Amino acid sequence: MNDSQSLLPPNRKVATALAPLQLSGEHHLCPGCGHPVAWRLLLEAISELHLENKAIGVVGHGCYTNIVQLADIDFLQCLHGRAPAVATGVKRVHPDAAVFTLQGDGDVASEGLAEILHTAARGERITAIMLNNGVFGDTGGQMTAASVVGQRTKTSLDGREPEAHGYPVPVADLIASLPGAAYVARGAVHNAGSIAKTKRYVKKAFEIAAQGDGFTFVEVLTMCPTGWFLPTADGPDYLEGTFEKTFPLGVLKGG
Amino acid sequence: MAARLLQGSDAVAQAAIAAGCRFFSGYPMLPFTDLLESMARRMAAAGGVCMNAETEIEAVNMTLGAAAAGARSATGSCGQGIALMQEAIAEAALNEVPFVVFNMARGQQDYFQATRGGGWGDYRTICLAPKDVVEAVEHTQLLFHLADQYRSPVMMYGDYLISHTYMSVEVDPIDFGPLPPKDWALDGSRGGTGRSRQIWTWAMGKANDPGPGPDLHWQRIAEKFDGVARLEQRWESKWCDDAETVIVSFGTAAPFVEQVVGELRDDGVRVGTFRPISLWPFPEKPLAEACASASRVLVFEVNAGQMIDDVRLAVAGRAPVTPLGRVSIDFSGMRQGEILTVPWIRDRVRQVIREVTV
Amino acid sequence: MVTRGTVTINVEQCKGCDLCIAACRPGVLAMSTDVNGNGYRFPLLSPGCTACRACRDVCPDYCFEVFKFDTPVEDDAGAA
Repeated sequence: MNDSQSLLPPNRKVATALAPLQLSGEHHLCPGCGHPVAWRLLLEAISELHLENKAIGVVGHGCYTNIVQLADIDFLQCLHGRAPAVATGVKRVHPDAAVFTLQGDGDVASEGLAEILHTAARGERITAIMLNNGVFGDTGGQMTAASVVGQRTKTSLDGREPEAHGYPVPVADLIASLPGAAYVARGAVHNAGSIAKTKRYVKKAFEIAAQGDGFTFVEVLTMCPTGWFLPTADGPDYLEGTFEKTFPLGVLKGG
Repeated sequence: MAARLLQGSDAVAQAAIAAGCRFFSGYPMLPFTDLLESMARRMAAAGGVCMNAETEIEAVNMTLGAAAAGARSATGSCGQGIALMQEAIAEAALNEVPFVVFNMARGQQDYFQATRGGGWGDYRTICLAPKDVVEAVEHTQLLFHLADQYRSPVMMYGDYLISHTYMSVEVDPIDFGPLPPKDWALDGSRGGTGRSRQIWTWAMGKANDPGPGPDLHWQRIAEKFDGVARLEQRWESKWCDDAETVIVSFGTAAPFVEQVVGELRDDGVRVGTFRPISLWPFPEKPLAEACASASRVLVFEVNAGQMIDDVRLAVAGRAPVTPLGRVSIDFSGMRQGEILTVPWIRDRVRQVIREVTV
Repeated sequence: MVTRGTVTINVEQCKGCDLCIAACRPGVLAMSTDVNGNGYRFPLLSPGCTACRACRDVCPDYCFEVFKFDTPVEDDAGAA
């Protein structure tokens, strides 16, 4: 085990465990969960853009809600699905603030689809982040409106089947079709490369919103081995092999 | 400002702006629509924002967000629309975000909805019911003060007569005294300082500053509402000292009842009136005292009998409590019913006084 | 074996998810056989680390800090 940095050959630290705005690294999310990785890249993006004292976060209900305790940012935790509407009110009162929402696919594609589409159509200058793992994680892994065809969940144990359960809602594509949306991208956190790319998408989204060009949206595919009934190590491959087929990564609009 | 002849909705809009309201959000629904239209006309010039929201759920949540950001904010609707807003009203009561809800109801059949709420958890909502446009102007400004004072959503129970009748009214800012600064309001300024803010019904706090958590937080909220229940009761009563009969009514129905009671008094009938102005907190003791000498208590409300429950609780069996009104709405289902006339009420009172012998 | 840097690993905070193992480009991370205080196995570093920080980036429990040596080390001394 390495002792403190001083016992090593001359060196420099190239990566800290936590993002600058992160108060703690302790959390109760499952082993192999992608959300904490998304948290950190979001907080890194905010501090790298020097938005610490301008950022106001509006967070929905899900496993990701825990970020409200870990991040040194002004946060409002709101009702399931309502974040984009709440953020609209915040932004209209503080036009210069970097207002963003953090939700899951259940919060957006299921509970709050009207909210996000109306907010995008209105071109609110906010950045909306949707963590998509295709399950309601914090209630134990039920199907959401974004669960992919064939995906096994607690409410589709034999796999999502169009005949009975219909098809996943392509939220990012819907948003990209709205004139009020200025930037739409879809990233993932299943490997170092996708993490770096996703962080660039998030920074771009904040910049474009700050320029006042319109609504910006970044969907982030994250692993949920628990909800996918998989060993933790298989999460990244399942994400790439299954989710990415339904939700291809990249910039869908603007940027 | 001199008195002007104003439509109730426009008077309320001007009063809200005079009280410092700078964010309004709503979805059209008669008779609330006119208030939304007035706000749409007036808010920008006042340096505020009026949102024609795409759903009532989004309207009230926008208002919650604007209020959480520190602006005096309001929303409104009626009936079904208020039903859609209940989730967020309860949420704001439990995460202590103040705003005003203008419930321009389609009659008095939403008394339970307004006073019992339909949200979640242990919460109450201050609810004032003005009897006319002049009182609505005062209540509007008082409600913004009470919302901020108690950091809670509050409600005005208006209706068609409030929103659509015209009255000569002065709309001048009313000073209800100082309030503490809103240092809890989110503006991003504390990010990265180690003291960033958080608005959360679970009040979990932050890793470096843990909060009370739901149990203690919700207990404190309940205690707050107990205090409000004691301190914020408002009512009006007339001729009750020697009254053998007391008639209880609220909102815009009260002036009709007072007219009838005035006539009865002229005929030497010992009748008094009692009007709860705060539907919550309900003026329980004051009503009990007003009915101390009464041998019968009558309740006039334009619904199947809702406030009567609160009246019975207050009278506590000391005298029979008899309903006078009933379900009554016009052909459109949106406006005053036929029973809200002096002749109808007069005949009904005389009939019941005969029936409920002492 | 060239070692260009090293990492510190908060083994107690690790939940044994293995993601760092596959992410490690030079493949010098391997899961332990014994377990931490919470009963999870945790990663161990052997020589050859390039300080590429992939492990740090993918770790959901923020266990890694990464250090790059000013000059690469040519033997096994840098091993955990």
